[in-house]
Amino acid sequence: MTLHIDIPEETFVGILAKAFRNTAFVTGFVITVLILAMAVISYAWTPYDVTKLVIADKTQGPSLAHWFGTDHFGRDILSMVMVGARNSIAVALVAVGIGMGVGVPLGAFAAARGGLVDEALMRVNDLVFAFPALLSAIMITAIFGPGAVNAIIAIGIFNIPVFARVARAGALAVWPREFILAARAAGKSSAQISIEHVLPNIATLLVVQGTIQFALGILAEAGLSYLGLGAQPPMPSWGRMLFDAQTRMVVAPWMAIFPGMAIVVTVLGLNLLGDGIADILDPKSRRQR
Amino acid sequence: MVRADPSPPMTAYLLKRLAIAFATLVLASMVVFAVLEILPGDPARLMLGMNASADQVELLRNQMGLNAPLAWRYLHWAGGLFSLDFGRSYTYSVPVIDLVRERLAVSLPLALVALALSTIIAIPVGLYSASRRGRAGDTVAMGAAQLGVAVPNFWFALMLIYVFAVWLRLVPAGGFPGWGAGAWPALKSLLLPAVALALPQAAILARVTRSALIEVLNEDYIRTARAKGLPYRAVLWRHALRNAMIPVLTILGLQFAFLLAGTIIIENVFYLPGLGRLVFQAITQRDLIVVESVVMLLVAAVIAVNLAVDLSYAVVDPRLRTRQ
Repeated sequence: MTLHIDIPEETFVGILAKAFRNTAFVTGFVITVLILAMAVISYAWTPYDVTKLVIADKTQGPSLAHWFGTDHFGRDILSMVMVGARNSIAVALVAVGIGMGVGVPLGAFAAARGGLVDEALMRVNDLVFAFPALLSAIMITAIFGPGAVNAIIAIGIFNIPVFARVARAGALAVWPREFILAARAAGKSSAQISIEHVLPNIATLLVVQGTIQFALGILAEAGLSYLGLGAQPPMPSWGRMLFDAQTRMVVAPWMAIFPGMAIVVTVLGLNLLGDGIADILDPKSRRQR
Repeated sequence: MVRADPSPPMTAYLLKRLAIAFATLVLASMVVFAVLEILPGDPARLMLGMNASADQVELLRNQMGLNAPLAWRYLHWAGGLFSLDFGRSYTYSVPVIDLVRERLAVSLPLALVALALSTIIAIPVGLYSASRRGRAGDTVAMGAAQLGVAVPNFWFALMLIYVFAVWLRLVPAGGFPGWGAGAWPALKSLLLPAVALALPQAAILARVTRSALIEVLNEDYIRTARAKGLPYRAVLWRHALRNAMIPVLTILGLQFAFLLAGTIIIENVFYLPGLGRLVFQAITQRDLIVVESVVMLLVAAVIAVNLAVDLSYAVVDPRLRTRQ
């Protein structure tokens, strides 16, 4: 008689059920979907036109007509927050894409090759980490000129070593496993093995890190726009709105409160989502920051 | 070499770390130099204004050494860094080192107060949460930490200004009277910026402390310590916290870089004449020599702190001294 132990495979339905019981995931998911919806809706409809200046309505407090109040040009803050979401999300998302697109192949390659290639790559990583990211982002946007595209590049560059590190660490843990040996015996190349076997096994790590970098990207973009190096007027951005609010704190505090809350809620939602995914798919995982 | 060295692996480890740190520093200086070389805008032209003739600009370029070969200029600049001779600022017309010294008197206390504040808040919160894992106190503390991580420090700064400067009028909304005006007024104007910098960092640190402690509290030696009758508090502080220090120290090292970069924005919010504001203005005014110097200084600080953190692992955890 042979001993047969059934290891229950986690089914898709099983994971889904677990997800719905996870408070962090559900909260994060709902917030993220709402923010995304807000950005998408802003293309078709906003309560007011954000490009139209109505000086007669300037710096009005929150009211039924203007839920979040108006700014110093009489523009509706709620509408501006909605349109600003587009910019924040687009910049942070593309920056994550750059980080993943370049960083993951680099990390996987370093793990597959090992030796000198690995060592060299990690030293370059150390080098990038030695530069305070925000300082370098400011330098990059100052050199190539302020704007959303340069903000994306500046933030994206610093996502590369993060993803390279996570992908490498994850891949190093996968390479010694038996199924890799089997794939090798079957005559597959390192590149094939990396794509077909290593990548699916580190996908969770990458998704979790992706949500963290997404959230950090939103914060970084807000910081750059605040300094005037991000999206340029008349395109509203959350950071720029906070800059405009700063000198008017005494007369119009709502100009600062609502765009700031938008940033906090978005980042909170993404962080909760990341925590939730990590919890559901791998209870032992710890988030890296 | 030293023959009576009690632990040769430690020396080798130390030397390797030092060599890597130095190599990183040299590479970083090349990157900084190269990036600023491709920066558009001629500093000589910027100094003289648009009305200056081509001859005048050329003369000044020669005086400033801008026409020398690239490699020579790099070596001259990098050599100067070692002797703290950073050159002269184009816009301020004073030695960069004087500017840096003056600005550091604002930024260094600010960063140190923020780091201290963040540690003082985060470690007890982490300890509290870990020892009450899963209970109401833990949930509330970690909920607050989750929120703290999501708050941009410059927005938090604006809210602090509104409450404490505009509303309660307890502290100034910005500006810096200088240390010459007395220690208390100067410290008072650094208080809000330090809090704004510290709180988001404290949130991250508290989370890391908690998860590191929870991992350690599951170890066998903690059960042994409890079993031999040590009170819980003693186990937590003496055994658990010490073993949880490595991830905590790592994050503290990383946060130092965040704090330095954070000062750029925060000093702009509070109109503080610090290093961050200096480098931001220098970038927009194309004062290359100031940008190069300050960036290198910050990078050197980050490398030095990370090296110190690496070495402190061995102090905190004696096992690492022999295991190589």
